[in-house]
Amino acid sequence: MTQLALIIDLNVCVGCSACVTSCKEWNTSSEIAGVMADKNPYGKDPSGTFFNRVQTFEVGQYPNTEIVHFPKSCLHCEEPPCVPVCPTGASYKREEDGIVLVDYDKCIGCKYCSWSCPYGARELDEKQKVMKKCTLCVDRIYDDSLPEERRQPSCVLACPTNARLFGDVHDPDSHVSQLIREEGGYQLMPEWGTKPSNHYLPRRKIKISVREDELQRVDNPLKKEVRRKVSEDDVSLDDFVAW
Amino acid sequence: MNPAFSVIFLTTLIGAAQGLFLALMAGQIYSDMGVLVEADEKLFFTYGTAIITVLMILGLLASFFHLGRPERAWRTATKWKTSWLSREVIVLPAFTMMAVLWGVLHYKGINPVVFSPTDTVHISLTMVVGLMTAGLAMLLYLCTAMIYAAVKFIQEWANPLTVVNYTMLGMASGFTLSAALASWLGFESTFYYANWAIFLTLIGFMTRLASLYRNAHIKLKSNAQSAIGIRHPMIRQTSQGAMGGSFNTREFFHHKTDAVVKSIKWFFIVTVFIIPVGLLILGVSQDNATVFILAFAVQYIGLLAERWFFFAQARHPQNIYYAAT
Repeated sequence: MTQLALIIDLNVCVGCSACVTSCKEWNTSSEIAGVMADKNPYGKDPSGTFFNRVQTFEVGQYPNTEIVHFPKSCLHCEEPPCVPVCPTGASYKREEDGIVLVDYDKCIGCKYCSWSCPYGARELDEKQKVMKKCTLCVDRIYDDSLPEERRQPSCVLACPTNARLFGDVHDPDSHVSQLIREEGGYQLMPEWGTKPSNHYLPRRKIKISVREDELQRVDNPLKKEVRRKVSEDDVSLDDFVAW
Repeated sequence: MNPAFSVIFLTTLIGAAQGLFLALMAGQIYSDMGVLVEADEKLFFTYGTAIITVLMILGLLASFFHLGRPERAWRTATKWKTSWLSREVIVLPAFTMMAVLWGVLHYKGINPVVFSPTDTVHISLTMVVGLMTAGLAMLLYLCTAMIYAAVKFIQEWANPLTVVNYTMLGMASGFTLSAALASWLGFESTFYYANWAIFLTLIGFMTRLASLYRNAHIKLKSNAQSAIGIRHPMIRQTSQGAMGGSFNTREFFHHKTDAVVKSIKWFFIVTVFIIPVGLLILGVSQDNATVFILAFAVQYIGLLAERWFFFAQARHPQNIYYAAT
């Protein structure tokens, strides 16, 4: 069974918010689903509906700190807690590709699903008064009129550092599954058993752990690696020639 | 969570209405058994039902203010297999209609004997309807409370005590109201309703204190480490992804100081439990309807504060992602 999802690589995310703006641009332009309302966009307290936000965390204590940019959108859980609580059936998880969607024509805006999401992935649209969330650009990824390489979520195409990847996490041979396996992909808040489909790749530093004893060869009968002192007088040809 | 007044009014109004029905029904059982027979009990039952109907309609009206699209509210009855909210939406009108039917039967005096298990015991129609309605009242307490208790992410709510408290506090306020009504009608048996109200209020006091104690010692499952998956004890959010606010900062934060929350806690402890019990005892000793009405008024205002606190105390794990608010 297919489970489409996003992989967010925190190692390369620079927090530019291109995914946020491209998401808003694509998803607010739909004639059928309606706009994603903005309230007071240029005023004092701007507020609006977003499917995706980039948050920033400071890890560590000064001066040993590291800034982590953290894009957050709906994780399309395999056990979505927001779906069974919906009283109208407006929230549902698609059988064919595992995308969790909201039917805007059925939603009554009771907000119960947002209470049942530990990640805060759902936002009530202030104008339409219905619950909105990431759709994985379901209206793009199956659009035959687009060239195949463009059939991806808007945020994935916009990311300048390739920090966002899209694919089927149930297919063990897919690029995203390989990344999760090989680069230490993890899920958010695993303690709730929601099994998020989106995975995050951690910060990765290239370090080699070398033990002291590995610097000395144990089986070294000629003791060739012993450092010679400058004042030593028994200079031999071995000191100059690599045989 | 940010307490929504629509839900505060809904849960307190219907809770009192259900409690009042249970009190009326208890009165009928005692009356049918010949223990407490009042001459005006028909008035008691019909006035009581009228109050129940008004409270239920007011509660339902309040609940519509919680919805973004109230015109689609009929759809909520469809997912009763999985959603407690849907179950409440079915049980609520069912209880109201049955209670009205029960009141109308009493008012019209339609009360034939349905069956007689023995020669001396006769089960009447109002008894059958009333017992079914009482069952629905208990079911409605369960449904209302489970809406909150079933949200496992809010650990302050996800506990059987939530169901116990909604039931006990609803019944306490309903029985206080029934004592006020009985006293106003000049019933000899007022003490009986008042004593039940005192008993239920004290039981509710104990169970509410138990949940306050539990919530004060809760160990939260989620933290910043599990939220963003970085293993470091020092994680501080510097940006939550929005300059002004968002739905997430409005719905899940009450933006009140700890002092306000704490004072509301003490306010409800005094007004839901301590003052009403005192007034009920005073009312029984003086047989004064005004004191009983005052007891209900104080208890109801206290319950509004109790419900506010219930929401304000709930800490949602999504708040970790909006700690910079």
